[in-house]
Amino acid sequence: MLETIWFLLWGILWALYFILDGFDLGLGTLLPFLGKNDTERRIIYNTMGPFWDGNEVWLITAGGVTFAAFPATYAVLFSAFYSPLMIILFALIIRAAAFELRGKLPGKSWRSLWDSLAALGSFVPALLFGVAFANIFRGIPIDGEGIYHADLFFLLNLYALLGGLLFLLLFLVHGALWLAVKSEGILQQRAARYAKTLWVPLVVVAVLFLAHTWFETGLYYNYKLIPVLLLIPLCAVLALLLVRAYLAHKTYGKAWFASCLVILCVTLFGVMGLYPNMLISTMNPAYSLTAFNAASSPGTLKIMLVVALIFVPIVMLYQGWVYSLFRGKVRSEDLQSDEAY
Amino acid sequence: MDVLFLSRLQFAVATYFHFLFVPLTLGLSLIIAIMQSLHLKTGDEEYRAMARFWGKLFLINFVIGVVTGITLEFQFGTNWSRYSRYVGDIFGPLLAIEATVAFFLESTFIAVWAFGWKKLSPKIHTLAIWLVAIASNISALWILIANSWMQNPVGFLTKNGRPVLNDLVAVVTQPYAILTILHTLAAAYVVSAFFVMGVSAYHILRKQHGSFFLRSFRVGLVFGLISSLFVLVEGHMHAAMLAGTQPAKMAALETHWETGTYAPVYIFAIPDQEQARNSIQIGRIPGVLSILAYHTPSAEVKGLRDIPKAHRPPVAPVFFSFRLMVTLGLLFVLLMVITWFKRKSLESSPRLLRILLYAIPLPYITCALGWTVTELGRQPWIVYGFMKTSDAVSPVAASQVAVSLVAFILVYSLLGITAFALMARSARQGPQRLAAPATSRKEA
Repeated sequence: MLETIWFLLWGILWALYFILDGFDLGLGTLLPFLGKNDTERRIIYNTMGPFWDGNEVWLITAGGVTFAAFPATYAVLFSAFYSPLMIILFALIIRAAAFELRGKLPGKSWRSLWDSLAALGSFVPALLFGVAFANIFRGIPIDGEGIYHADLFFLLNLYALLGGLLFLLLFLVHGALWLAVKSEGILQQRAARYAKTLWVPLVVVAVLFLAHTWFETGLYYNYKLIPVLLLIPLCAVLALLLVRAYLAHKTYGKAWFASCLVILCVTLFGVMGLYPNMLISTMNPAYSLTAFNAASSPGTLKIMLVVALIFVPIVMLYQGWVYSLFRGKVRSEDLQSDEAY
Repeated sequence: MDVLFLSRLQFAVATYFHFLFVPLTLGLSLIIAIMQSLHLKTGDEEYRAMARFWGKLFLINFVIGVVTGITLEFQFGTNWSRYSRYVGDIFGPLLAIEATVAFFLESTFIAVWAFGWKKLSPKIHTLAIWLVAIASNISALWILIANSWMQNPVGFLTKNGRPVLNDLVAVVTQPYAILTILHTLAAAYVVSAFFVMGVSAYHILRKQHGSFFLRSFRVGLVFGLISSLFVLVEGHMHAAMLAGTQPAKMAALETHWETGTYAPVYIFAIPDQEQARNSIQIGRIPGVLSILAYHTPSAEVKGLRDIPKAHRPPVAPVFFSFRLMVTLGLLFVLLMVITWFKRKSLESSPRLLRILLYAIPLPYITCALGWTVTELGRQPWIVYGFMKTSDAVSPVAASQVAVSLVAFILVYSLLGITAFALMARSARQGPQRLAAPATSRKEA
């Protein structure tokens, strides 16, 4: 029971991370395309300014919780995905440095260098998180000791790349919507246009991914077992349609919230289908890591549950307060202030 | 080169680099919080301008500290997966609690503070920097509790061949952890104090910005005098404790080979690990090690020869690092005390100011030496007396680790040089350019 609760919490934490950092990663990737000059780019940076750092902590928490609640999963997953994970970490380092250092010097080439790095540092994690999770859904060759028996290229299979593309497009639309919410005028129109344009390939890739999932993974097994769970992917599809409908009505705030719902449901679709597996072994099902054989002791799970149930809501409360404190659009006159990026 | 060696090297590179930025995050956040509180109390706008200037330097430092911390957490999984799997039940929660309890608070409120100069009332804004300061110190506390558990594992049982957390309170409150926390935090404050005093000295030497840097200097001095004295006394207690908890490390600190009473220290020695003796030893002072460890000259101190050869740490680097760390620590107290007595005539003490300017890197080096003593002194164990480092490493290809190690060195070097160059630039620029927009705009 404790294991199942933690498995759900684990899935929800990843979903929260994807929702919150997803728009930063998506918008960061689109930065060179959406921002045509220094002022526009600075506006884009400042729409994410007070949020991106706090958002990134959800990744650290998701990682930490994997370590605390499912140490075997943490150990095997992170060592099997050694290279992609390192690339993600370096990308995130470069992104953070770009945010903080770009505005410190006025030079044009200095700034465009960091803009490119910010885009790269956002693009790479967006893509690779999808690749990683698709591989988790599909399974990887691990033995009974948790040793991974393949190389980096095994992880770059068609299904995983499709997963990567899905995450990337999800985040791009999410990020473009965020800018549409937080900006005005020509920048807002451009952001909305990008969201509309990218929405089409997103739907195509989502359909392809869902169909491919049927053949490549065992995710649908749980849905056959408990058909009511199909409400989750259904909700994802409806929310995706809502995104487009709100975009048409220029109600970007609602479109962004619908996009949050899409990301939540897509993540939960995978997580619920995966249960109770956390990392499927393609060598022998007996080697698979599950919520039960990878979990910490009941004592540790209980302590962590108390900590999580107290502190995660508190974190959500004060982060919510920060979002409301810095609500409203970023305008070019806001860039005059000393603290702006 | 094997995976073990490469992984150790990578973790060392990542940790040393991370800890170039951590101390300032811990100490300067407090100093800025104190400056803003002084502004609230006195209403003197210069304190607010001071917080703003130091805050600019702080933010560059902060971000690099944050991002290099993430790679450390994840390296336990990527490079030390056998360790993570084996002790995750105890070690994992400590890192997870750090993230949920402290790191969120720190990372969220740093943005509130950085972007809130006009949006928030001065009171709430001061509260924000206090939250950052407190949260980053609590964050360090949990990380150090985790490290202390590796140094002195307590509070667990072995069930079915697997260590299981049994008593979290024991893990959190063990004296080893408390002493480590106090030592590390105080050392971080020394780094921050020297940083503030050194940068201030630069401007005082140039006779620019008037009282701005004299005041900053004074805040740094009070902070530094207290913490450098504290770190010395506390450091002694910490070292003495090792006699009971980590006898091998204790013996390596003073290159002590033969178990015996009236254990000596040497003014100078060169240890010979192979022969289990000192190849050169000069200036034997009997009884001092016994006094340091047990506060009586006749106390018996265990020598390295009574520890199996395979369980001895590399003596030379531990011994030299410890010596240099202690010497520098004493030097800091001396500098702080001298500066204290000259605090009223700083402008006429250019030589002292110049020494303080060039002393900025020294506490950083001292911290690195301290970590060398702590971590190398624990070898060959990853969890002292319980799990060997060689049993902890991930079953990954050496080529993977080699590539990531090169990437770490390249990316971190570029990042470190850029960050420090930008900090130095902002520091030299001084406050006037920064303060200008704040005064030209109406404060909310």
